[in-house]
Amino acid sequence: MKSNKMSTLPRLSGLALAVTACAVLSGCATSANPQDPFEKFNRASFAFNDTVDRTVLKPVATGYKNVTPGFVQTGVGNFFGNLSDAWSAVNNLLQGKGEAGMTDVTRVALNSTFGILGLLDIASEAGLQKHNEDFGQTLGYWGVPSGPFLMLPLLGPSTIRDTSALPADRWGDPWKYKDPHNWRNIGSGVRVIDQRASLLDASNLLEEAALDRYEFLRDGYLQRRQSQVYDGNVPRAAAEDDGDDAPTSSSQVVPLPASPAPAEPAAAETPAKTQ
Amino acid sequence: MKPIAHLIATVASVAFATSVIAAPAPATNEAPDVLVKRISAEVIDTVKSDKDIQAGNRNKIMDLVNSKILPYVDAEKMTAQAAGRFWRQATPEQQKRLSEEFRTLLVYTYSGALSTIKNETVEFKPMRASPTDTDVEVRSQVNVSRGEPITLNYRLAKGDGGWKIYDINVLGAWLVETYKGTFTAEINKSGIDGLITRLAERNKQLASKPLNTPKK
Repeated sequence: MKSNKMSTLPRLSGLALAVTACAVLSGCATSANPQDPFEKFNRASFAFNDTVDRTVLKPVATGYKNVTPGFVQTGVGNFFGNLSDAWSAVNNLLQGKGEAGMTDVTRVALNSTFGILGLLDIASEAGLQKHNEDFGQTLGYWGVPSGPFLMLPLLGPSTIRDTSALPADRWGDPWKYKDPHNWRNIGSGVRVIDQRASLLDASNLLEEAALDRYEFLRDGYLQRRQSQVYDGNVPRAAAEDDGDDAPTSSSQVVPLPASPAPAEPAAAETPAKTQ
Repeated sequence: MKPIAHLIATVASVAFATSVIAAPAPATNEAPDVLVKRISAEVIDTVKSDKDIQAGNRNKIMDLVNSKILPYVDAEKMTAQAAGRFWRQATPEQQKRLSEEFRTLLVYTYSGALSTIKNETVEFKPMRASPTDTDVEVRSQVNVSRGEPITLNYRLAKGDGGWKIYDINVLGAWLVETYKGTFTAEINKSGIDGLITRLAERNKQLASKPLNTPKK
């Protein structure tokens, strides 16, 4: 009886992945949108997640945010942030980003010792920038395309590539190895609530800005994911899918040339900046 | 040259040069990153210092957005790009209405975002563009108290009225690109008029909603 409770959370996500695999493979790919072949499944998943969020997660996260003292919330955020820094370090190094990887290693070292087991984020104050790398980004960095959008039950938006990278992320999560099982589950639960609380403002904004929340979330997420893989420097050619919407607005008298990324040779020719 | 003529020429050229330098540069010559920095700082300072706005006075924030930011936004270009190939199929009347509704939606959304500013700071990155570019990207990030900074980039194009913003990137997602899917789906479903109606309904909804209240 007790042994069942121990591994509930990983089992739940395992179940979610299995359900996803079954539903996806059973040929739900009959949607009209070529960019979202699993749309029917994704929308169903989204509706499910939305219900869980609305009834359970968001109220709890709101309560957590309103009631818990600020320093406790910061401590919780810092603690789990420190754990994720370790996996970020590994992934940065896997991507050949030595400096970023070593920065993350230093962050973990500093925060775990002087930062009292990660509760204080002194590394950020020391100027060591936090990175946010995971195995999906590592795969993307090495050229694996993201594949179609996939909305996972309970786990949220993802892509085919990132979903397949999940087991690796799970393996690289230090909290998974926390020994007393009760502590591990409670910790995982707190982490989920803490993350949801940090997204409360963003989700409220989504409600206002989006005409269709699923589409808005999907399109925004795919762009963000690509931006993360490229660390913010997405080459403009890669970003624009269809060539027929290049910036040639018919309302303009003089059509602007579709200028590529800042022309560095031109910058070299004009060294003096004229203001 | 005779000394007198030389003297007159020198005085005249100095006077001319001084008058040109002393004259304030016309607004159209402001560099795009300077422009964005300026309006960004103005808006944020106002939001932080105004008690009414901190209390959630939506109208005041919208006035702020309309007066300080909107003059530098090319709403029509934004709408045209979000609508994609359907823009050319729309009548001028439809284009005008669509731009207006989209612009209003963006003002509501942006005001909502501004109202959540407490003590974040904005940091601008050096702009990588040559002086002759007519399409640039200005990069910045919002330093928040928790987590990684939020990237906030702008795309500006130089037109007759100077530099204007036509796209915004938050956390890696460009606004125009993100709305493209929604626009296309809605137009396919109920045409351009259907999209306009949908936007208008949403704007009416947002107009009656007070700021900073928990959603049901």
